[in-house]
Amino acid sequence: MPHNEPVSSKTDEAGAKADPSPPRARRRGLTSIEALALLLVFGLTARPGLAELFAQPLAQAWAARFVAVTVQAVPFLVLGTVLSAAIASFVPAGFFHKVVPKRAAFAVPVAGLSGAVLPACECASVPVAGALVRRGVAPAAAFTFMLASPAINPIVVVSTFVAFPGQPQMVGARVAASLAAAIAIGWLWAKLGKTEWLNVPKHRHHDGGKWAAFWSAIRHDFLHAAGYLVIGAAIAATLNTLVPETWLAPIAEHPVLGVLALAILAVLVSICSESDAFVAASLTQFSPTAKLAFMVVGPFVDVKLIAMQSGTFGRRFAARFAPAVFCTALLASVLMGVIWL
Amino acid sequence: MRRDAQAVILLLVGGGLLRLAATGDYLNYVKPYALWLIVPAGVLLIVVAAITAWDAWKEHRDPAPDSGDHGHGEPKVAWLLLAPVIGMLLVAPGALGSYEAERTGTAIGAQESQSTYPELPDDVDPVPLTLLDYGSRAVFDDGNTLEGHRIQLRGFILYNGDEPQLARMIVSCCAADARPVKIGFDGDVPEGLEPDQWVEVIGTYSARQSRDEINGELVPYIEVESIDPIESPENEYQ
Repeated sequence: MPHNEPVSSKTDEAGAKADPSPPRARRRGLTSIEALALLLVFGLTARPGLAELFAQPLAQAWAARFVAVTVQAVPFLVLGTVLSAAIASFVPAGFFHKVVPKRAAFAVPVAGLSGAVLPACECASVPVAGALVRRGVAPAAAFTFMLASPAINPIVVVSTFVAFPGQPQMVGARVAASLAAAIAIGWLWAKLGKTEWLNVPKHRHHDGGKWAAFWSAIRHDFLHAAGYLVIGAAIAATLNTLVPETWLAPIAEHPVLGVLALAILAVLVSICSESDAFVAASLTQFSPTAKLAFMVVGPFVDVKLIAMQSGTFGRRFAARFAPAVFCTALLASVLMGVIWL
Repeated sequence: MRRDAQAVILLLVGGGLLRLAATGDYLNYVKPYALWLIVPAGVLLIVVAAITAWDAWKEHRDPAPDSGDHGHGEPKVAWLLLAPVIGMLLVAPGALGSYEAERTGTAIGAQESQSTYPELPDDVDPVPLTLLDYGSRAVFDDGNTLEGHRIQLRGFILYNGDEPQLARMIVSCCAADARPVKIGFDGDVPEGLEPDQWVEVIGTYSARQSRDEINGELVPYIEVESIDPIESPENEYQ
């Protein structure tokens, strides 16, 4: 029975790719039926094989994490794409030119502070930033918004407060370090960033009216970003399942390595920003600065976000943005940790 | 990817979410409050799927002469969404259990800074407590509020080497951040406890403690009076 599985999954893919766009009048309409039929056949024939394959505790744990990250992130992604579609379809083109200050020096801090109004985690802010850039907002300001929003919005502030009872300085340090790093990245982009690194697909103009454009934008943005989210979720689930926790213990005592280790851990595990404070709080062997680095780096850059950002803004962008953001966030948390914690 | 195929994918993702919500299986992956996120998201995705299908059908009936719209720039990457769909609908992995808990350090330290613990009720016997509550009272309050009470704990069995322990997974956002709280058994422990078996433990406070080898955190113990197998609860996480 297990042999059925690879065979039918191949057929599935072949069916997916077999329709570039040849004689289209005749073939139109087949794809969905094909896809659905193949998936049904796949499901019926491969289910025992799948069950056997995933009976292993390791595979079972991987699958649970993979599904968990996806199920947790998809609603926020839907929220993000609805907002981004609304921005793309209903906000007049000139609006952001009027509202956002002309000079990057002002626009960036304003964008950072306005990040506080989007009460969602990082999955939502990526498509929103994409829509802002398409709508003509300076990329520097859009990126600052994208970074600041998942780190300083009210839900995250409250959950950090709850996770660190009696340590309000942790909340303050987190907000301050995140905001400072987000603004620094915005200014850095305004100085050094090149638009040719960006690959933002233009939305086609829709003649079906605003609502048609709205629904079409949701469909497109969701499918696009969610596809990349799946890549990120798979990587995060793999790392989470395979990297044993024991390697952390000897590093924890070291003041410098401990901070670096938690910053890297934040990138690898890709926990959503609304809950990372609880995880940070439970890493008790580490210094407060290391925990702060975990909470500042996580919402800025992790494997799930890198996948989604390269989907929204292009790979050339992600390859430059991720390391710059990682270093800035790390620096900001170390500075804030030294001053405040 | 064509419009109609996109509609199918959107329908499968939205339908998958709603199915998780309807069967209660979502509790294996996310917190209970996430129901209020996944239901609207699932409904919205199905609406988008319906609108997409309707558009595709309309276009099929009277093709616009030059819309040139089919498949152009559409995300191939969206096919990957079939992976979580298969995960949700076909594989349907269960909640994380002993395999994970044996490889992750106990999360007891997360509660450290609480300074006072409310007294336990005198008119309830045994007093049901969560593992985290029992553990923090035992570790950070030297069991002061536990003395003189019979305690009831529910969790699953894991093995620390040869030693059976009681554990429960704590989840703060989704199962990807699940961490176990572990409690050791003091006194007479019945033979043949299977890993992942859910049990109800009745016992009293024990001053014995050990350290979790994975992260060096304290593992408190309970003086066992009885250990009885139970059905796994609807929400296996806390």
